[in-house]
Amino acid sequence: MGFFIAQVLTGLANAGALFLVASGLSLIFGVTRVVNFAHGSFYMLGAYVGYSLMQVLPGMVGFWAAMILSGVVVGLIGVIVEFVVLRPVYKAPELFQLVATFGVILVIQDLALMIWGPVDLLGPRAPGLKGVVRILGEPVPQYDLALIVITPFVALGLWYLITRTRLGILVRAATQDREMVGALGVNQAWLFTGVFFLGTALAGLGGAMQLPKGGANLLMDFNILTTVFVVVVIGGMGSLPGAYLAAVIISVLNVFGVVYLPQSTLVLIFVVMVIVLMVRPYGLLGREEVAGEHGQVGEPERPFKPAGRSARLIVALGLGILALLPVYGSSFAQVLATDILIFCLFAASLHFLLGIGGLVSFGHAAYFGGGAYVAALLVKYADTPMELALILAPLGAGMAAVIIGWVCLRLTGVYFAMLTLAFAQLLWSLVFQWGAITGGDDGLVDIWPSAWASGTTAYFYLTLIICTGGILLLRHAAHAPFGYALRAARDSARQAEATGIDTRRVQWVAFVFAGAMAGVAGGLFVFAKGSVFPNELDIARSFDALIVVFLGGVKTLSGGVVGGAAFVTAKDFLSRFEYWRLAMGLLIIAVVIVAPNGIVGSLRKGGERIGLLKTPEGTS
Amino acid sequence: MTIVLETRHLSRSFNAIRAVDDVSFSLHKGELLALIGPNGAGKSTCFNMLMGQLKPTSGAVFLNGENLAGQTPRAIWRKGVGRTFQITGTYQSMTVAENVQMALISHHRRIFSILPYAHGLYRDEALGFLDLVGMRDQADRPCAVLAYGDLKRLELAIALSHDPTLLLMDEPTAGMAPRERTALMQLTADIVRDRGISVLFTEHDMDVVFAHAHRIMVLNRGRLIADGSVEEIRNNTQVQEVYLGGGTLFKPEAGASRA
Repeated sequence: MGFFIAQVLTGLANAGALFLVASGLSLIFGVTRVVNFAHGSFYMLGAYVGYSLMQVLPGMVGFWAAMILSGVVVGLIGVIVEFVVLRPVYKAPELFQLVATFGVILVIQDLALMIWGPVDLLGPRAPGLKGVVRILGEPVPQYDLALIVITPFVALGLWYLITRTRLGILVRAATQDREMVGALGVNQAWLFTGVFFLGTALAGLGGAMQLPKGGANLLMDFNILTTVFVVVVIGGMGSLPGAYLAAVIISVLNVFGVVYLPQSTLVLIFVVMVIVLMVRPYGLLGREEVAGEHGQVGEPERPFKPAGRSARLIVALGLGILALLPVYGSSFAQVLATDILIFCLFAASLHFLLGIGGLVSFGHAAYFGGGAYVAALLVKYADTPMELALILAPLGAGMAAVIIGWVCLRLTGVYFAMLTLAFAQLLWSLVFQWGAITGGDDGLVDIWPSAWASGTTAYFYLTLIICTGGILLLRHAAHAPFGYALRAARDSARQAEATGIDTRRVQWVAFVFAGAMAGVAGGLFVFAKGSVFPNELDIARSFDALIVVFLGGVKTLSGGVVGGAAFVTAKDFLSRFEYWRLAMGLLIIAVVIVAPNGIVGSLRKGGERIGLLKTPEGTS
Repeated sequence: MTIVLETRHLSRSFNAIRAVDDVSFSLHKGELLALIGPNGAGKSTCFNMLMGQLKPTSGAVFLNGENLAGQTPRAIWRKGVGRTFQITGTYQSMTVAENVQMALISHHRRIFSILPYAHGLYRDEALGFLDLVGMRDQADRPCAVLAYGDLKRLELAIALSHDPTLLLMDEPTAGMAPRERTALMQLTADIVRDRGISVLFTEHDMDVVFAHAHRIMVLNRGRLIADGSVEEIRNNTQVQEVYLGGGTLFKPEAGASRA
């Protein structure tokens, strides 16, 4: 019994930081509609800043002052980020801001590395609360008890701020209809900045608060991000009590998971999440998102036509030049081209889902990595030849997409996005924790192509043929009746349903199709590298694909492919430098600000402006 | 005359509110039937039940004798019911013709087809329907740039594309200029006559209703309070009362003396 209570108390203590971060994320999304991927980074910054401040400020008062100060400091950094990075892109197409916040993640990662170094920092213990209290014979740290007491007060304060003050009223009003709030004379820009300050300050506070328990390290940002997404989804977007409840549930579950099911703690969390969402699709205390509440931002997508003769000729010419690469390029160039082609197919599959279908999946790596692991496992345990493995990889990925799509498509918008991410993380944690079969962190190695395709040039040609075929297939599907039905479901689900289109089934098929195509890319990837590691399934890989699609241009057909090529090339070039993340992050942010329509979209606009391309009617 | 659509004791409650209360009526073939009533009378609720967007709490809807209650909007559409909405919901990223083609693709059950280019599929047929509503010259314009009145006409073309026996039009002229309203209803009336389609529509503009409806039903607080010819409704004191004395909304008959 004592043990049980001690576990619950630990869980409750852990819930504190999680709640703060989650409520910050929820607030920011509610008002600005920005899914702040960089939220974990602010949490990490809070820990680092808190650590430094605690070195300077002495004693008990200094400790708590440092904690609050780090919240303020991180909040101010958040304001700078909002000013520099987000303000220019609020008007950009929906969810484009994601890319900017991802750039911020990279920048903060490298800045933290520069300032605090690569070594994990051990957090100082709270002065006066260093001991343990024995409860029914079990030791419980005093600091944990302090957190358990403090968190509800912070939550109450926040609740008071949101429900009882004028600022809170404005925030809630903006959550429901920010245009109306603007029309009533409230300066939205400052409201956004204020909310961003509050949200990031909460994240920073959370980071500093958990210092005595966990210290500070460079992996904190991504580690907490998934958990926070899960908390927000389970609790209900925009609900503070929901966030608290969910944070407690997840934290307590985690503590018990570590004790009883050490091999599957991560899986446990996601299973609980899926169950909650099956019963209450909008979270425990969330409300249904009204469809069309925050309509499409920016110009509507233009109608498209099958490519004309000249466009086809140019593409054929480009492919021809690419096919001759072994003649004029080094073997390194061929390896790079193989990587680019694989990534382009992966990106194109996400682009189909996201651009044509309007289904923003945050977890598309599940099918890329899934396909890769299917192929690798088949080779490892069943001695499957490469040819068969390459066929079974998309089948495996597609089957995963059948199940995941069925569950996720019960939801829409940001809930859908976060649920797809959670499923991707579920697959990742399965692979990561099921070491006996998947090799865990060590991955699966020694998976090479069949003899005929083992040369660099041969494999390049194999990749070229399959990826080009896949990309053309995706592109044709967009032009086919199926692609039109998918767009119809995106443009007006009501009209589509009222004209006989089963929108959910169309989207489901598209989800599976995109998943299978990502699986093709994953299968090719394994044999190109000879190995596969869990990071092919993780959140960063999913984000890579998202960035590529947004950078290339969501509202253009070739966005995925062009973005993919640009991204891999830039990454390959930049990763030779020590602080390549910083450079990459700054590059991404710069592109976001300069070209809010994506590369292809902005090139097209530029072309129209100088008269190279014909300006279609209805655009400026 | 053949009855196309019939409701029996149709009711729908939202918690304690009976939005539609025991509504029974029938619609004959080739008839242009108007459902009017003040705001909040239950017109839209009634429509949403007919089209499957809402499930009735009790009662039944029969289309050519078949009970539709509980079926999805897309299933009801397949049975030959077309619908236009109060606020248009066309596909913004497609051209005008493609919007109609999309409905035709669905009608021919080619939604999951992956081989042909959709761009040219059923295009001639679509152009025919656009011709019918006078939109043919705009066939290749992006839908996103259309004027609202044109969107309404496009919606009518889409609703006609699967050769429906019944059209349900929820405020077909809402948001349009007065002259456009009459033109659109005249167009609808002509199509109804030529194709033998039956139409049930709701409308706030009494000029439009009185000029084109063959028969009018009046809904108030969820209940049908009157059902009759244009003449009968115009002279019904209860209806006039519902519309706050009536005089403000009902134009006096031509030839009647003005006060």
